[in-house]
Amino acid sequence: MSAVTVEEADAIHPAQARMSPPSRFGDKAFYWLTLSMAFTVVLLVILIGWQLGQGSWQAIQKFGFHFVATSTWDPVAEQYGALPFIYGTAISSLIALLIAVPLSIATAVYLTELAPLWIRQPIVSLIEMLAAIPSVILGLWGIFVMIPWLRDYPFAFLKRTLGWTPFFSGPIYGPCMLAGGIIVAIMILPIITSVSREILRSVPDLQREAAYALGATRWEVTRIAVLSYARKGLFGAVVLGLGRALGETMAVTMVIGNTPQIAASLFKPGYTLASVIANEFTEATTDMYLQALFEIGLVLFGVTILVNLLAQLLLKTITAGAAPDRVQ
Amino acid sequence: METQRKDHHSWRKFKSALISGLTFCSAVLVIAPLGLVFFYVLKSGVGAVNLEFFTQLPKPVGVAGGGMANAIVGTLELLAFASIIGIPVGVLGGVFLAEYGTARVNAVLRFIADVLNGVPSIIWGVVVYGLIVLRFKSFSAYAGGLALGLIMIPLILRTTEEVILLVPVGYREAALALGIARWKTIVQIVVKTASRGIITGILLALARVGGETAPLLFTAFGNRFWNHDLSEPIAALPLQIFTYAISPYDDWHRQAWAGALVLVTGVFCVNVLVRIVTRVRTASA
Repeated sequence: MSAVTVEEADAIHPAQARMSPPSRFGDKAFYWLTLSMAFTVVLLVILIGWQLGQGSWQAIQKFGFHFVATSTWDPVAEQYGALPFIYGTAISSLIALLIAVPLSIATAVYLTELAPLWIRQPIVSLIEMLAAIPSVILGLWGIFVMIPWLRDYPFAFLKRTLGWTPFFSGPIYGPCMLAGGIIVAIMILPIITSVSREILRSVPDLQREAAYALGATRWEVTRIAVLSYARKGLFGAVVLGLGRALGETMAVTMVIGNTPQIAASLFKPGYTLASVIANEFTEATTDMYLQALFEIGLVLFGVTILVNLLAQLLLKTITAGAAPDRVQ
Repeated sequence: METQRKDHHSWRKFKSALISGLTFCSAVLVIAPLGLVFFYVLKSGVGAVNLEFFTQLPKPVGVAGGGMANAIVGTLELLAFASIIGIPVGVLGGVFLAEYGTARVNAVLRFIADVLNGVPSIIWGVVVYGLIVLRFKSFSAYAGGLALGLIMIPLILRTTEEVILLVPVGYREAALALGIARWKTIVQIVVKTASRGIITGILLALARVGGETAPLLFTAFGNRFWNHDLSEPIAALPLQIFTYAISPYDDWHRQAWAGALVLVTGVFCVNVLVRIVTRVRTASA
């Protein structure tokens, strides 16, 4: 390219030579575009709340507090009491936590503190695979493999040994509250494990080194330096798991028996908030029936939002001050 | 005294080893369901998966054979429609968080996205039912795709933000110093550099919603035949598995296992693929 000669340069009028400033339009437009997309998440929360509230408004006005405090669910008689579903959701989630929390936290401890280095990554990958199994497939397996096995061995054993307590009395049908709790436990194992693992990894190495320097064994280091330090974060992981347990739908629906009742025995079928929506939504023939199901959705949404908020708050305070991840 | 201390020490060592053993057993128990589910899906599904399964419509009860061709295609259509909604919103939103947002705004948006990720998927179904199905008085592929797309938004938003933040600041500075407009810098340099990570996030989100059943129950609804119009109900693989699994017919149970095998294979392939791709990247980085 030849350089511009002096004459040519002179020929250009100074006003022409001045370059116009680069257009800011593209920048502005892109900024607002991405901003509006990011704020969609706010919009979505409002949309869910509004849609559920609007869909259940008449039911809320008609039944008021009775909706969550009475236990008769009889669409034909226009009686809607959601207590059996709240009870079923609470108990199945509680069983799930009782099973999943010790297993998950022990696994997380193993993976961050005790396991040989070469085995850690393969186990982490396998746990991520477990998290990827669709709920409906776990339910299918639950119906045809897990329930028959549970019925023949562990349930029969529980009945023989603890049958005198109200919790394990009565006949064993197969689909029941306990089976529902167990399948939910399997569903929340991966999330509690992986979040707990992140929490334990964020414990500063200085903590560990100090404890080792005092002559502590591996387990003592874990107990004194790691677990006590990470307690709050681990609690956050458990609460996050609870949030998932409350909303678990397909697998539970397939194994819990779907009977709206409040029974002490864990061998009796139960029903959860999520599964009643799944089962009865398309059968809701009257407006009030649909309204009641929307209100169940509203209750479920409210509870999971609160639980998730709590979990995020517990986890935020941990990760905010955390040291950068250790290299494994 | 000396022996007592020695005893105490060996007891502590023993306790440490014992707990290592116990936590190892927990890890085995946590992975066990994966192995068991995979084993039974393979065992019960492999006999029923054949060419017919991929090419035929479901047969009525009592008629042997038939397949889930419509459900497989239906799931792909739903995922395509969900992508149209979930990918642009999620990716651009993630770009905002990584490139523009102030610390406080980001903290709030991240918080909300995490809370949205915890919303039970059945709730999305109810919301889209109220939003689309009630309004247009018909279950439809649009409604099903929308439900899946909305679930994808917070998932993709978070992964996109994370991988964009990994792009070195120097790349941006170099581009801006050359006088390239900021939005072009972001699109052509930053997003392009992070594209592999973004695609990974998108694929994982697709694998996740591809197996979702609950949000489709009363949006896509399911269909025993081919869907010729997206404003009509459409079949989906997870829905079909659910319907067959809770039916009382042995033929249908076999089909459910076959469907489960196809779905699990799809989901696992995406996950393994993503893992390999990300490993290659981290190895070369």
